[in-house]
Amino acid sequence: MAGNNTNKKTTDIKKGITIFLFLLPGLALFISILIAPIAVSLYRSTFDWNGFSEGTFIGLENYKELFTNGSIKFMTALKNSMLLAFFSVFVQLPFSLLLALLLGRRPKFDRAFLSVYFMPVLISTVVIGQLWLKIYNPDYGLLNRFLIAVGLEKWTHVWVGDVKTALGSVIVPTVWQYIGYHMLLMYAGVKGVSLDLREAAMLDGATKWQVDRYIVIPIIKPIIRVSVIFAVTGSLKAYDLVRILTEGGPFQSTEVPSTLLENMLFLRNRYGMGSTISVMLIALCFAFALLITAAFREKDE
Amino acid sequence: MGTNTVDQEKGANPVGKIIMYIFLVFWALVNIFPIYFMFTFSLKSNEEIFGANVIGLPKNWLWSNFTTALNTGNMGLYFLNSLLVTILAIGISMIAAMMATYAITRIKWRFSKLTNAFFMLGLTIPIQASIVPVYVVLSKLHWLNKYSTLIIPYSAFALSMSILICTGFMVEIPYALDEAARIDGCGLAETFFRIILPLMKPAVSTVGVYSYLQCWNEFMFANVFISDSAHRTLPVGIKALSGQHTTEWGPIGAALVIATFPTLIFYLFLSRKIQESFIAGAVKG
Repeated sequence: MAGNNTNKKTTDIKKGITIFLFLLPGLALFISILIAPIAVSLYRSTFDWNGFSEGTFIGLENYKELFTNGSIKFMTALKNSMLLAFFSVFVQLPFSLLLALLLGRRPKFDRAFLSVYFMPVLISTVVIGQLWLKIYNPDYGLLNRFLIAVGLEKWTHVWVGDVKTALGSVIVPTVWQYIGYHMLLMYAGVKGVSLDLREAAMLDGATKWQVDRYIVIPIIKPIIRVSVIFAVTGSLKAYDLVRILTEGGPFQSTEVPSTLLENMLFLRNRYGMGSTISVMLIALCFAFALLITAAFREKDE
Repeated sequence: MGTNTVDQEKGANPVGKIIMYIFLVFWALVNIFPIYFMFTFSLKSNEEIFGANVIGLPKNWLWSNFTTALNTGNMGLYFLNSLLVTILAIGISMIAAMMATYAITRIKWRFSKLTNAFFMLGLTIPIQASIVPVYVVLSKLHWLNKYSTLIIPYSAFALSMSILICTGFMVEIPYALDEAARIDGCGLAETFFRIILPLMKPAVSTVGVYSYLQCWNEFMFANVFISDSAHRTLPVGIKALSGQHTTEWGPIGAALVIATFPTLIFYLFLSRKIQESFIAGAVKG
């Protein structure tokens, strides 16, 4: 009995060690690069800190300043990412859904269409941004030249350099690039709807749109939820296209939280405030993810 | 069979159908055009681009744009840097993810579910979350401007998704195999290396594709952490090049093509696989 027990104990210890060793590389990476830095950010967000000295503890002053000091432009940045989120949810996703539903009807060449629509997702946002810069270029860009060619000269703009059009110039490529991504997710769901179900509904006299509306969309709702979460958190995290297209300008009108974060480090040496923006970003991402999940659950009931 | 019956019985609306096809083709053109535009202007001179031939095929195929991008633009070096960083980051995160997934899904212990949930936090945590502390620590350790400055964070950020995808594959492997191995005297570690790992080959490409895109295209960390030109990756290199050649479009176009063609070639041959890996990564998350 006793021998059996110690035997079991040694195998348990051996098992424990094996589990630990197998988890070690992953945990080491994950904790050192993601989890510990968040804790440090949280701690440092309560400091006035230039990154190298000890810094002074100032409690929640950074958070207060973030929302009240207009020269930091955090409210502008937040407003911009919310606007981006709005267009993502109410323009990008419905468009993705439409494409997914149409491809779900299995038109000819559906595979080819799908593959083409998904292509922009794979290309680096830096490349996409450079291409759009060539489209927006005020002198030689395709957009202005097209407008001139069709006689709409008064519509031409210095697209990314004009306060009135700069934000729109960032939103359009961002929304466009990821239409294919959401389409693919939704299409995977649409394809999962059984043909029998569709046929049965159509024999009952439902039109194709009715089938989509009352059968397909309810089935793929969990996927739509995921898409909404990705679209909103993705908008909060936006960085690449802003950096490439406008650098946050003109007059900081297109700043987003991530570009402000970078400015805090490199232009202002305010690492404490940078940490505060990090913390706000994480908090907002989680808050929106929970909120959206709750909203979908509410609707179900 | 089934599709045809649906189409024929109820889809007797030719006008609707034509509108649908026009729309689908139009949207396909919208998505192909930027890539076509990129390839053509990479081979043109400024005179052609700014002149009458904006969107046509190049009249003189100006391959010198590519030599300019490779020589004065250093795109060759940046390409190799990107390749090195991407391959190593994929390798590291793949090994770490396979091992962690094995411990989570195939060994029975009390906190396996909790550990999995812990790793899945990484799917929601934005990359920006860690940038300040990681930057400060790396600069204090004089660890900026090295390859590992990017490789380690990229591996960490690819990890959660890799574990998620690996889990999907690993639970499909019959558990009877583990038991049989145990009866034959294989330990847990041995079972992993000799039985499970060889069966995870299909997961390798799915995980690899996803991580490849994430690392190859990553811009924010690379832009913040790498300031010397010797270690730049392609996205940062392109930004630098476009700063130098604001007036010359051809070499920039060439640089964009250099940065994009590996992805497009992958996509040409593995489109289904790539799409599947995106679906695997999102539908369960």
